[in-house]
Amino acid sequence: MSRRLALVLAGLLAGASAAAAAPDGVIRVGSKSFTESYILAEIAAQVIEQVGEARVERRVGLGGTGVTQRALESGSIDLYPEYTGTLTRVVLKDASLLTIDAIRARLRPRGLTMSDSLGFANTYALAMRADRAEALGVRTIGDLAAHPELRAAFSSGFLEREDGWPGLRALYGLRLARTDVMEHALTYRAIASGEVDLMDVFSTDGQLERLRLRLLEDDRHFFPDYSAVLLVRRELTERFPRTWARLRETLEGRLDDHRMARLNALVDLDGRHVADAAAAFLSGGASASTGAPARHAIVGEIAALTRDHLLLVAISVGAAVLLGIPMGILAARFRRAGQLELSVIAMLQTVPALALLMFMIPLFGIGKGPALVALSLYALLPIARNTYAGLMAIDRTLLEIAWVLRLGELRRLLRIELPLSAITIMAGIKTAAVTTVGTATLAAFIGGGGYGTLIVRGLALDDTGTILAGAAPAALMALTLHGVFELLDHWIVPRGLR
Amino acid sequence: MIALREVTKRFGATAALDAVSLEVPAATTHVLLGSSGSGKSTVLRLILGLTLPDRGTVSVDGTPVDVGTRDRLVARMGYVVQDGGLYPHLTASDNVALAAEAQAWPRDRIATRLTELAGLTGLDAAMLRRYPRQLSGGQRQRVGLMRALMLDPPILLLDEPLGALDPIVRVELQEQLGRLVADLKKTVVMVTHDVREAARLGHTITLLTAGRVVQQGTYADLAERPASPFVTQFLTAQTVPAPPTAAGA
Repeated sequence: MSRRLALVLAGLLAGASAAAAAPDGVIRVGSKSFTESYILAEIAAQVIEQVGEARVERRVGLGGTGVTQRALESGSIDLYPEYTGTLTRVVLKDASLLTIDAIRARLRPRGLTMSDSLGFANTYALAMRADRAEALGVRTIGDLAAHPELRAAFSSGFLEREDGWPGLRALYGLRLARTDVMEHALTYRAIASGEVDLMDVFSTDGQLERLRLRLLEDDRHFFPDYSAVLLVRRELTERFPRTWARLRETLEGRLDDHRMARLNALVDLDGRHVADAAAAFLSGGASASTGAPARHAIVGEIAALTRDHLLLVAISVGAAVLLGIPMGILAARFRRAGQLELSVIAMLQTVPALALLMFMIPLFGIGKGPALVALSLYALLPIARNTYAGLMAIDRTLLEIAWVLRLGELRRLLRIELPLSAITIMAGIKTAAVTTVGTATLAAFIGGGGYGTLIVRGLALDDTGTILAGAAPAALMALTLHGVFELLDHWIVPRGLR
Repeated sequence: MIALREVTKRFGATAALDAVSLEVPAATTHVLLGSSGSGKSTVLRLILGLTLPDRGTVSVDGTPVDVGTRDRLVARMGYVVQDGGLYPHLTASDNVALAAEAQAWPRDRIATRLTELAGLTGLDAAMLRRYPRQLSGGQRQRVGLMRALMLDPPILLLDEPLGALDPIVRVELQEQLGRLVADLKKTVVMVTHDVREAARLGHTITLLTAGRVVQQGTYADLAERPASPFVTQFLTAQTVPAPPTAAGA
């Protein structure tokens, strides 16, 4: 028993320290969670591998600009693909920066630099279904002013950013019946089925053609230039000069709008794996790829993700047990301090899981370490609470008899109180374990791995199959764990209580 | 010897005990008799040191029971409650052995003592492997008694020890208990509301009502020289009345 505990502790420590400083000879490639970002990151990763100066660690699909940017600045990743418009408006918050050199100069004090433009500009645009636009006679964004009955669904970034909907609406004087926030991948379905009329898209979006969407002309030139660049930590360019030179040589000015849209379509429409699309670009032809479709690769991946996911759950619940049971005991021993302690844990629980994961990034970076910390905190409440409740429910007479028998504090706790509360404590651990299987899918949003990796990717690639490939095994794991704990009950709960 | 002098114990506004005095000489059995809520269980808790008096003193063999002494004094006492008060997650033998384990007795000494106690209390030794819920009420009570006797304390405090038993088993156990404490020369304080049990087991009796002593003495004293009409009322309430005569109509 104690050896098992030691193993769990060691694993927890290893996971936490792995998230700290980058070891020598490793370049951590990050990306945001949409197809184009995945592809560009994968191209960069393959170039780095070809040069051979450093090993590559892929930490892709981190989420939006905020998370990815923080990961870069904290050193959890070394580079990721970014867009000039996002850099000036969101990161540097200075729209007057117009040239690459001006932006680069402002990145310097942050320890960052960037490549020249990769060739294409992925600007924001508004899109409608072509047939609907035709019927209403909408060709430009200005034309929307005549149709206040339209319903729009925007990604949350676009809806809130000054260079998104608020600015656009002000400039064009627009009013719409509805503007909702929706995950991008879901909006494609909504617009295809006609539930939504208008959405924000990127101009190199691979879905535009398939869904027969029309880009509305930005007749008053509101949207700024979003040239793609590689954003890197300066120390990378100094430590791996050959790699950096090769990245610039291979990528700068080599991808025009059309080529990028083709690569995006290769993944989004043809179901190719991101690695195939990247390889296709590097071998010269954007459409000459021969790799197997992504769906076959997924099956092999699930085994590795299962191990990953199980480890996330086991370590975080293990840590929560080691922490939660003593906390429950303390709460039962010292009533007033105990109430405070339990309230604090309960408060942690009210923080949405995704937000809790995000809070971990500035403290622990990205990856498994911070995910484990967040998941452990999340699993703490049911365990501490049930331990407390179990101890408080014990018949007072039985405790007095323990005193008369002069068992002593420790013996009373181990021999009498904990066994008598075993059913309640086990129920708490069971709840923690089963819910953690679900919560752990969110770990992928901060690069923690597990089944969530497939869910995040599926959302980004708008691929229900991939989402299910992550969600279904997670549900199965929750069920299995539930069964395992039922068996464990028979082993742990004393016979006399069953 | 156990002695209470002018002991008052309040719980909130109500007095559980009001100026109660009593003495229990060594190797005698004293019965606290009264209906529920009369304060008789509180006397046991005061002797054990589980609760401390608001006024007056409780002493065991001349030492007052207080915060400083109770941990030491409790070593001289065995405590039995209604239905045994056994730990449901432990087998009967584990329940009985707890106190000896805490005193780091070697295994074989514990085993020898278990056999000895089973003989003493008349428990079938095979029952020792069972969990409490697999035992009958009488067996549970015997196990509870064995547990209290494990370290052979000179004092036994019994709180309604036979309260949960059916009448036949109850009478059988009363006789056994009387013989046992006499043989072992234990000083016993026993709480009951059963008048016949008090008469059968108590060398002396204290009749309590609402926290006050109504009368102290032998059963004969109470029956023949009642201090008040209440005493007679209490003693006769539990005796079986003569059956109604058919000629009553």
